[in-house]
Amino acid sequence: MGSLTGFRRFARMGLGGALLLLATGVVGDSAVTEGSKAAGLETCVAPTAEIRRNHMDYLKHDRDATVRKGIRDTRFSLAECVQCHAEKDSAGAYKPVNAEGQFCESCHSYVAVNLTCFQCHSKTPGSAGDKAAMRDDKRNGRQALGLLQSIDPLTLRRDELARLHATIEGN
Amino acid sequence: MSHNNDQPDLRRRDFIGKTVLAAGAASIAPGVMLTVANAGSDAGVSSKVRWGMLIDANKCADGCSACVAACNQENGIDLIERPAGQSDAMWDAQRPQWIHKVKLKDNLTGEITNLPMMCQHCEHPPCVDVCPTGASFKRADGLVMVDRHTCIGCRYCMMACPYKARSFIHQDVAAQRTGTPRGKGCVESCNLCVQRLDAGDQTTACQDACNREGYQAILFGDLKNPDSEIARALKAHNSRQIRADLELNTGVRYSNI
Ligand code: SF4
Ligand code: SF4
Repeated sequence: MGSLTGFRRFARMGLGGALLLLATGVVGDSAVTEGSKAAGLETCVAPTAEIRRNHMDYLKHDRDATVRKGIRDTRFSLAECVQCHAEKDSAGAYKPVNAEGQFCESCHSYVAVNLTCFQCHSKTPGSAGDKAAMRDDKRNGRQALGLLQSIDPLTLRRDELARLHATIEGN
Repeated sequence: MSHNNDQPDLRRRDFIGKTVLAAGAASIAPGVMLTVANAGSDAGVSSKVRWGMLIDANKCADGCSACVAACNQENGIDLIERPAGQSDAMWDAQRPQWIHKVKLKDNLTGEITNLPMMCQHCEHPPCVDVCPTGASFKRADGLVMVDRHTCIGCRYCMMACPYKARSFIHQDVAAQRTGTPRGKGCVESCNLCVQRLDAGDQTTACQDACNREGYQAILFGDLKNPDSEIARALKAHNSRQIRADLELNTGVRYSNI
């Protein structure tokens, strides 16, 4: 590495950047749709690379737990993907996540994989009057409660908290 | 580069290993709350509970269909659009209906009885017996449901059900409720508002609607809990299963029929 000239090192960085862009499949900093809830969050429920590669397996595993055993506080949930990744239009209504250019569709069309979830599943988060959505929110509140018992949380640095998907509410 | 990069973060795993996740929130200072997304429980529903219904046909009013309307709304059935050009007769025959309002007339006396009919949540469900893929299944808490991920739309279960409780989705569906996915080619039926039960509620949409109308014909609850309102009512009053001769031990019971 020490033998690299400044110029070569620069070229390598450029190449790495280009590959990263290819990997995301979307030109820009992030594949996340601007204006969605996800755009304001640091990470998804797992590191981005892991989610990108394994989300279909995660969702398939957890759907069986949910449908067959009634386990609703699974780590991965399609309803929560939609909740987080749906973007609002100028009138404030949600755009379907499988509409052209939206989060799910843009990547699936880039990799040419059929997106069939939304033949049956709702493509937009429940509206404010939607009781089911309100219950989802209630449940998320419950799900977000966890407790770090063996350590003093105040000793954690902010990036360590973020890595645990912990958030500090209040001040 | 920030930590949300393209590689699994091993430090994170290590760090989680040293901590214990449990229910509850840590209050680390006044006004400060620390919350952590949990990895999900794996207990699921329990067979200590069996959900059921007791319907009092005397209280079910002639001409009322509040339960059907509430069911349609709760489960997004009202979002299904009629295919262009379909006749009234075809639409009425094919649109999904989880609750049928049934009117019985005693030909000798002329007495009229009204009652709502839905999936009876059989303990020994014929729909599950005949399903070739395992899509029809009975949950531990007694709910009989269809797993649409594995249903192939063969409709054997519709033929096997003695109560005509099941519907088939014949066309593409444009909009669904989050709690009730639905698409062309699968069979569905009443699931006792499973999305409510799993969220901790203990009422169904039809029961709420009937109570709102002031009839209180539908009582929903846990058949296995001797202290529940429904168990006490079943103990105190005469009730029956429809087609009890089939020995399916239905979870939905009727009184005054
Ligand atoms: S009433 Fe019909 S659909 Fe419901 S459990 Fe019994 S057989 Fe299955
Ligand atoms: S229609 Fe679906 S649920 Fe009914 S028997 Fe066939 S595969 Fe099973």
